[in-house]
Amino acid sequence: MGYEKFKILKSSVVPLPIENVDTDQIIPARFLKATERVGFGDNLFRDWRYHADNTKKKDFVLNNNNYSGKILVGGKNFGSGSSREHAAWAIYDYGFRCVISSFFADIFKNNCLNIGVLPVQVSPNFLDKIFEIVFKNPQTNLVIDLKKQTVEIEGTSQIENFDINGYKKNNLLNGYDDIDYLLNIKDSIQTFSTKTPL
Amino acid sequence: MGKTLFDKVWDSHVVKKIDDGPDVLFIDRHMVHEVTSPVAFLGLKNRNIKVLFPEKTFATADHNTPTRNQHLPVKDILSSKQLKALEINAKYHGISYWGLGHEKNGIVHVIGPEHGITLPGATIVCGDSHTSTHGAFGAIAFGIGTSEVEMVLSTQCIMQPKPKKMRITINGKLNKAVTPKDVALFIISQLSTSGATGYFVEYAGEVFSEMTMEGRMTVCNLSIEMGARGGMIAPDKKTFNYIKGREFTPKNNDWNNAMKYWSNLKTDDEAIFDKEISFDGSKIEPMITYGTNPGMGMSIGGGIPNSDQHKGNKKTFLKSLEYMDYTEGEKVLGKNIDFVFLGSCTNGRIEDFRAFTEVVKGKKKSPNVTAWLVPGSHKVEKAIKDEGLLSILNESGFELREPGCSACLAMNDDKIPSGKYAVSTSNRNFEGRQGPGSRTLLASPIVAAAAAITGKITDPRELIT
Ligand code: SF4
Repeated sequence: MGYEKFKILKSSVVPLPIENVDTDQIIPARFLKATERVGFGDNLFRDWRYHADNTKKKDFVLNNNNYSGKILVGGKNFGSGSSREHAAWAIYDYGFRCVISSFFADIFKNNCLNIGVLPVQVSPNFLDKIFEIVFKNPQTNLVIDLKKQTVEIEGTSQIENFDINGYKKNNLLNGYDDIDYLLNIKDSIQTFSTKTPL
Repeated sequence: MGKTLFDKVWDSHVVKKIDDGPDVLFIDRHMVHEVTSPVAFLGLKNRNIKVLFPEKTFATADHNTPTRNQHLPVKDILSSKQLKALEINAKYHGISYWGLGHEKNGIVHVIGPEHGITLPGATIVCGDSHTSTHGAFGAIAFGIGTSEVEMVLSTQCIMQPKPKKMRITINGKLNKAVTPKDVALFIISQLSTSGATGYFVEYAGEVFSEMTMEGRMTVCNLSIEMGARGGMIAPDKKTFNYIKGREFTPKNNDWNNAMKYWSNLKTDDEAIFDKEISFDGSKIEPMITYGTNPGMGMSIGGGIPNSDQHKGNKKTFLKSLEYMDYTEGEKVLGKNIDFVFLGSCTNGRIEDFRAFTEVVKGKKKSPNVTAWLVPGSHKVEKAIKDEGLLSILNESGFELREPGCSACLAMNDDKIPSGKYAVSTSNRNFEGRQGPGSRTLLASPIVAAAAAITGKITDPRELIT
């Protein structure tokens, strides 16, 4: 499935300063019954966002009109738990293109990269700064420049570099996916398969 | 320089290395279930391609399935649609499919080893994070997302950077009532849920070499809960005895050739790990969790830490206790519980049912407890009956359900009601994991059994002689 190319993203953010946000919170299992990739954004953070009777929980950040934007900022160890890519789909479908945290769970990070959501890992200090500045002024923009691998808090001198491997970076900048790459080397895969030990 | 067990298996499966990028890794065996596969199959359809190696792919239905009346049509419309989609996709692509009611049906990580799909030195993936279970056989096994499921279906490869390596060594003898589940919960409580993120773990030492294959599966299963990509244990005699003669295990000459490869599958003495950790096995006690992630565990008689002693974020910690309606500093021993869940790919194997039965034998289930006993597969279910465990369980007031993931993730009707406490042998105690508002305490089958009898969190050592 194609996704939007990622170049420079300038946006206000939605802050979620909670640690260990797991994929069961991002999208509870009972919403995994679809056979197509549609509508997952509606159930993003379902049980934090809505009461059992489907009324909104006022104190949850997605229900707070002060905060909006294409960047979600979460606490340490974001995306732990299940391998469900539906978590990344829900984030994308809701409208986020980037998630920032000081630490990501492995599978979640991979899933994001595979569907065009950029996971940006920053230092714990920088993360605290983002929260502090955004809570003071919810309109604050962050500028994420994938080519330069920088994240900047607009209007301040706060800027930090982030890591991403060259291959994945190129994919995101161009909207490529891994399967195109692998299909191109199918012959060598087939040859390899005849030589595996099992 | 020597190689680790992990290096040996990984390196022998690299099709291609990409500069400043991931390795292209060949996958020997791919397991598929109904929840994370439909969108992947849709992707193949859109690209107009077929599964490249259907004989290396195995499909089962487990996440979504009811644990009662499996012979009847599935009532939930969405679930039934998802199950049907897998059946159609498997048939179209020529993949073996063990659907609902099939004698080989069961939880994906339980049936893999049962039928010899899981092999030492293999690379195994599945769209489910607990794929790490198969590492018990010395395989590199890990969970993948749906985009990667599509990748493996279409090219039998995934693209990932090689993870770092960690070795966890535990020597010493385990004490009475201390099970592999306790060992795993203990490790996670020490490392936290992110302590092994970025690493692939090898478990070594006396405790693991003494462990049964079932026990090793429980430990490797929980590797993901400390953030690890996966966990593995070097294959030994026990491993080879377990797999020999199973349906998909190599036979005759192929077996002899495979043995040549397998006999070299251990970490060389001079190999170096990025991180080494060791614990004393004799210090581990029966464990239980008190919070909303598997790292929030303690010995069953212990007290919940005070928020000041807690290493992580204080607000997150208190939020978690508030969800559980527990207070910092207090003990959970003696607190009432409402449900007991025995099952899942962590503790849904025959050994787990034996251990549970041993504790409840000759006693009666507490009338305040609803107990769901869900075997990991039909094969386990059959063994429970054949070994006479079922009649003992019935005698004590327990019923057996039909196999599946059940209350482990509560996608079917097996949901713990809001606010209720469940002692569960599964792997995750996240908020709402076992149903919206449910409160989960993770523990071993023995601790679960003790709680089922008394209706309270109970030290199992009080019930066993
Ligand atoms: S039993 Fe639970 S953890 Fe295991 S495969 Fe099923 S849902 Fe996943």
